[in-house]
Amino acid sequence: MAGSTGSSMSTEASARLGVKKTYKLYVGGAFPRSESGRSYVVTASDGRFLANAAQASRKDARDAVLAARAAFGKWSGATAYNRGQVLYRVAEMMEGRREQFAAEVADAEGLAGAQARRVVDAAVDRWVWYAGWTDKLAQVAGAGNPVAGPYFNLSVPEPTGVVAVLAPQYSSLLGLVSVLAPVLVPGNTCVLLASRDRPLPAITLTEVLATSDLPGGVVNVLTGDTAEVAPWLASHEDVNALDLTGAANATDRDGAPLDWGALEAAAAATLTRVRRPAGDGAAAAADGAVEPDWTSEPDGPRRILAFTETKTVWHPKGR
Amino acid sequence: MATFEYAPAPESRAVVDIQPSYGLFIGGEFVEPATGGVLKTVNPATEEVLAEVAVADEADVDRAVRAAREAQSRVWGRLPGAERAKYLYRIARILQERAREFAVLETLDNGKPIKESRDVDVPLAAAHFFYHAGWADKLRWAGLPTAGPDGEPRPLGVVGQVIPWNFPLLMLAWKIAPALATGNTVVLKPAETTPLTALLFAQVCQQAELPPGVVNILTGAGETGAAVVAHPDVDKVAFTGSTDVGRLIARTVAGSRKRVTLELGGKAANVVFDDAALDQAVEGIVNGIFFNQGHVCCAGSRLLVQESVADDVVARLQRRLRTLRVGDPMDKNTDVGAINSKAQLLKITELVNAGDAEGAQRWTAPCELPQTGYWFAPTVFTGVSPTHRIAREEIFGPVLSVLTFRTPEEAVAKANNTPYGLSAGIWTEKGSRILWMADRLRAGVVWANTFNRFDPASPFGGYQESGYGREGGRHGLAEYVAGAH
Repeated sequence: MAGSTGSSMSTEASARLGVKKTYKLYVGGAFPRSESGRSYVVTASDGRFLANAAQASRKDARDAVLAARAAFGKWSGATAYNRGQVLYRVAEMMEGRREQFAAEVADAEGLAGAQARRVVDAAVDRWVWYAGWTDKLAQVAGAGNPVAGPYFNLSVPEPTGVVAVLAPQYSSLLGLVSVLAPVLVPGNTCVLLASRDRPLPAITLTEVLATSDLPGGVVNVLTGDTAEVAPWLASHEDVNALDLTGAANATDRDGAPLDWGALEAAAAATLTRVRRPAGDGAAAAADGAVEPDWTSEPDGPRRILAFTETKTVWHPKGR
Repeated sequence: MATFEYAPAPESRAVVDIQPSYGLFIGGEFVEPATGGVLKTVNPATEEVLAEVAVADEADVDRAVRAAREAQSRVWGRLPGAERAKYLYRIARILQERAREFAVLETLDNGKPIKESRDVDVPLAAAHFFYHAGWADKLRWAGLPTAGPDGEPRPLGVVGQVIPWNFPLLMLAWKIAPALATGNTVVLKPAETTPLTALLFAQVCQQAELPPGVVNILTGAGETGAAVVAHPDVDKVAFTGSTDVGRLIARTVAGSRKRVTLELGGKAANVVFDDAALDQAVEGIVNGIFFNQGHVCCAGSRLLVQESVADDVVARLQRRLRTLRVGDPMDKNTDVGAINSKAQLLKITELVNAGDAEGAQRWTAPCELPQTGYWFAPTVFTGVSPTHRIAREEIFGPVLSVLTFRTPEEAVAKANNTPYGLSAGIWTEKGSRILWMADRLRAGVVWANTFNRFDPASPFGGYQESGYGREGGRHGLAEYVAGAH
């Protein structure tokens, strides 16, 4: 494992030359390079070279949406209990990679070792927290409705479909988990665009997902330039919902803030549901805007419910 | 028609180690009882003694309640919900990992077919822990009564739990999982005739490194259970068992501040309309009354069938019952296993004799019963009137009473003509009629075109003399938190 996470472990690895990991995309359960053949340099917070990550293209984004759509039937059709088991398994697998995640988070976010480990522990616990929601969501958000007539009337939350997620730009693992897990809970599948400058924990997480009984295609992860790829996801007609959390603090190649309002406008063409980034528009758009405090416990299942539809079933009663 | 014989398909009992004797599980370890009484637990299919277990007396109960109190106030009640969750997830996983061991032990001690312990009891028990693990850190979102300014529902404290012999491990899970999820600690008494899976569960608690005293397991008979219920430092009593004992418990706690939930007997009506898919209904009827030898509080023991299809349904039912395989519970092809105890066999026999004496027509499935052990062949009574004892009293055995009706109103009246109200079944292809019937049936669980379905997310419990309180789902959680009334 030494060497896979950059020079932070170089003293340990000094006895031998480390074998470095190639960070690729995660699409349809496989790990392809970008079809564009592009990669970009990922550095640690102190400027050290970490890796050449794949730089996803428009075509990669479309392939990822296709994979997510194909996986939707199976994942959304699994019982809530089964989804809970699979998501809990993800947490078990994360637990086994805590050291690797801690090294990557330390590199990406410039945290001291102990701080990074706390972040990783919180990320595992966050995943456990969300795993438990699968078979409780309908009990909290559903209702038997007392309509004024001889009808049975029941409302239940259902997954909205394929969700495109812009992961937080700063919090490379805890923030990532905090936006990804809630999308999966009700049975959505997703295309996640990792933090542009801190993408490596996201790719390591995909290796966890690939070994956790999560069907291929349920989660697809792209690394690359947020400002380049996000518009293709926002305007894609087969994307049902868009989480713009990671639009805060995102910039384009020239350093200008990403205009998330334009992404929302593009999504409007097919009435894609949009979860806006934190803060008001101007603040969120400005570079340096504050991300949500990912260390605090989520405010209930709100993030899950942002990616659900409520279905209400009527049925007459009569002898 | 050619008959195909089944080859024997015995499950191996080598997978489980049964110790010759067991102590009490108090404060995280097995200890000797104060006065040293023992009970023998037998395999009801062979009458072989499986093990000796300790009998807890009042002093042992007191010791266990103290251990539970200390664990609750010093450790468990102070743990963040997320930490309680992790312990419960561990328990769920260990139950899954050791599922085969639990299934074999359950079948040996209880007499139920291995396919049922393997496919129903053990997976559902694990599911209960898994489900409630997820609640432990989400109680503030469960819509429960809250008693704290932080919005976190408060535990009650120490819970005394007494469970029956029909689903020993599953009933343990129904009791312990919600109690622990909400921050309570427990003193649990398994049934006199089926203590072994509870004692194996104690080992699971050890493997999960559950803090000592959070779960205490006291074996014994009725007196031990009575002592648990009566102990002054028990904050809540949760009981599953007979209505008679439930009444006793309700009297015992009267005037105290103890909370109580009781899950008692039943005499469920399984109502079959003439438009039902009859073969499917027959499967449901069979499952309803012959699952677990009819040792099911929510068993569909009264078949109410619409007069126009009554002869047809009974004929199909008898044809189906001829194919049931009664015998060695350890054989994977067995459908109906052993009656759990000699006492229960006597009770079933007495009620069936009453059915004969009162003039109902008895039909017994042709099957060869083993020479040793406790057995009762699947039995169907036709020509049963609502006044017969076999139509009114819970038999808790593989005995079905068939009554008829003409209109939906009559079906409702007959179905509700019982002091019980645990469950009911409806078989019809007409959706609106299912819901019309469900509105009128006085029962806590109504199954439509299915029967005997259980899930940790689904509340279970009865009306009237079937007890009060619910287990499972959000409603079950509510029984374990302090309410601001």
